[in-house]
Amino acid sequence: MQRRTFIKGIAATSLMGITATDIEAKPPRKREHNSTTLSGKEFFLDIDYTTVNITGKKAVATTINGQIPGPTLVWQEGDTITLHVTNHLKKSSSIHWHGIILPAPMDGVPGISYKGIAPGETFTYRFKVQQHGTYWYHSHSGYQEQTGMYGAIVIKPKKKEPFRYDKDYVVLLSDWSDEKPTSIYRKLKLSSDYYNFNQRTVGDFFSEVKKKGFGQAFDDRKMWNKMRMSDRDLSDVTGYTYTYLMNGNAPATQFKALFKKGEKIRLRFINGAAMSFFDVRIPGLKMTVVAADGNHIKPVSVDEFRIGVAETYDVIVQPTSARAYAIFAQSIERSGYALGSLTPSASLSAKAPKMDKPQALTMADMGMDMKKMGKQKMGGMKMGNKMKYRWSAMEAQKYPVTKLPMATGVQSTMKAMAPKYRLEDPGVGLRKNGRRVLTYADLKNRYSTRRDRKPDREIILHLTGNMERYMWSINGIKYADAQPLRFHYGERLRITFINDTMMNHPMHLHGMWSDLETGDDNHLVRKHTVIVQPGAKISYRVTVDAKGGWAYHCHLLYHMAGMFRKVVVA
Amino acid sequence: MLKKLLLGSLVGIACIQTLQAAGADDPIRTMLIMDKFEILDNDENSREWEGSFYVGYDIDKLYIYSQGAATSDGLEWSQNDLVYSRAIAPFWDIQAGVAYDKNDDASRTWGELAVAGLAPYFFETRAALLFNGEGNVGLRLEAEYEMLFTQKLILTPSFEADFYSKDDPEMRTGSGLSALEAGLRLRYEIVREFAPYIGLTWERTYGNTYDYNPVNETSLLAGIRFWF
Ligand SMILES: [Cu+2]
Repeated sequence: MQRRTFIKGIAATSLMGITATDIEAKPPRKREHNSTTLSGKEFFLDIDYTTVNITGKKAVATTINGQIPGPTLVWQEGDTITLHVTNHLKKSSSIHWHGIILPAPMDGVPGISYKGIAPGETFTYRFKVQQHGTYWYHSHSGYQEQTGMYGAIVIKPKKKEPFRYDKDYVVLLSDWSDEKPTSIYRKLKLSSDYYNFNQRTVGDFFSEVKKKGFGQAFDDRKMWNKMRMSDRDLSDVTGYTYTYLMNGNAPATQFKALFKKGEKIRLRFINGAAMSFFDVRIPGLKMTVVAADGNHIKPVSVDEFRIGVAETYDVIVQPTSARAYAIFAQSIERSGYALGSLTPSASLSAKAPKMDKPQALTMADMGMDMKKMGKQKMGGMKMGNKMKYRWSAMEAQKYPVTKLPMATGVQSTMKAMAPKYRLEDPGVGLRKNGRRVLTYADLKNRYSTRRDRKPDREIILHLTGNMERYMWSINGIKYADAQPLRFHYGERLRITFINDTMMNHPMHLHGMWSDLETGDDNHLVRKHTVIVQPGAKISYRVTVDAKGGWAYHCHLLYHMAGMFRKVVVA
Repeated sequence: MLKKLLLGSLVGIACIQTLQAAGADDPIRTMLIMDKFEILDNDENSREWEGSFYVGYDIDKLYIYSQGAATSDGLEWSQNDLVYSRAIAPFWDIQAGVAYDKNDDASRTWGELAVAGLAPYFFETRAALLFNGEGNVGLRLEAEYEMLFTQKLILTPSFEADFYSKDDPEMRTGSGLSALEAGLRLRYEIVREFAPYIGLTWERTYGNTYDYNPVNETSLLAGIRFWF
């Protein structure tokens, strides 16, 4: 029998000598779990209610092995692993292995991969690990992810990695609320700006009048006012209700990563939040980004990067002095932050730097034509000729387009009139901030993709929404009313997203890689989650090599139910 | 009358349930909002209210609107609507149902068609067309705007106008432009759901309405706005 490292004490002795199948047949009501890292080939995970105290108030969380986050699972590339997941909740549950290439029935999406895990039942996942890097897992049922059901996956590579480091740490970012998720969702439906405390005021208008004169200030507001849109609508849910966590620690209790001076530290950043994008930096240190969504990229040295919900980035840092450095992850709308310390001693913790001021959305974020707008400039986007060439090369790609059903009406309040590839745009909040910020244009596969097949055909997906009514959809059709997308087994597909909303949507395709076009076909970067910026356009290619039904959706938890498609590969 | 209202609401709820099996994205919900719940500094010290309740989904809802005034002598007047509301455009709902007006000695029931929604420049508006058995046709217009001084201190100018095609002395409404009302309310949102406010309201009747019920007054007011 495979050794189960997490079982200690009484539980370990009582389970000694029985086989895994016995355990499946009669899951013990409560196993003892006290390890935050599990490794091996066989894993036992228990989903249960746990009373936690994150904000000073008691609240009931849904947890995996009684912890937030759930234990970090360490796998070995090439191993076949078995995971027994027991549901002790009163409701159906599930675990999805995010970004992992596996057979469709093992993907863990209720209603698509399987029925879900009924109360009291154990589901056993078994699949071969065919990749390496940093990934994560989470519940795919209801709002369980928001209430604590997520954890990190670290897959050790078969071959030696092309970079060196002395220590590595998982840095899992998330958002916690004492409010029930159903209550958060209801509030958004009743009043979609409920959590937004950075709305435009009369004072903002008058300071613009002072700067530009009344006519100009009024003119600048005109488009927004006519369209009934807010340029301050950056996050639906904010620090008003969220406490931002780093490896389960609130800023007050701080996660600490220890280093010795001169050591190279690999930090595996995972955004396991329900709704929050984070802008991450370690003041005083350059970060060398070596992997995106688990896959090696050509190393890029940056001061800061944005991590969308469900993305992962691996960075290497080398602290030069024996002091505590802040690992600082401010939420995109700047209502709060997650904080940890990279420190030479557990007794030494870093102070948080000041949060940046929130920026407002621009006309470009509305998908307007900048040339036509004339005066409107997009902050922080200096477009060199090289970039222009790259984007026009992407625009020029022509493949047969399969038309998809599209609806207009209540579902969609906006249409991006002139959506552009904006991969070199760090995005609202990070423009012109004086720091070197990672953009998608920087992401290049470490290995050549020159011989990858060219796409056979293309589909275009519009991300649509109605912020006023808080409705989200794809092509103006919400999931409940949509037909599945049909992909042909064996084809190479180009998918182009056009974002007809004012929000960033992290789009996640299950079961297959998304090979993101960043203007260099020889180094397409391999991702599982791709941010589509407001008013922008982005394309990636998918080798359709996994039969079955798959989920395809926005990873913002409160967008997901509508902005979702089932993909059928046959 | 009560029976009719009750029946109407039951039919409405049944309608909603058959029209749309609720998906995860669109759970059934209710909202009660009391926009105005205030006391006026006028001769009668009128207490006025204006609010709404809905039950339903993104597209289909059943709405009850109610507004009115009471004094120490009891109810002065009230206007109530029960309508089925359907979203037909990104920012607009159309509504159909019945309205019921009451004053201290008479009442009227109307058929009602309305449009409600958010107009460009963020004006919250509602226009209702009413018709009753006596051949009277009414039009009631409402608009409201929110100006944020801070994230919690909000000024709301509002405007209302009523028109009728016929005189109705019992209800003390005359044909043509009947009444105008404009208000200015400054609220402080302690939480989003609860905000005390102070304000000013100006009300005036016109034409025959003025003959039946001469009103031309400006009053200070204080109240609370709440929802849940
Ligand atoms: Cu989304």
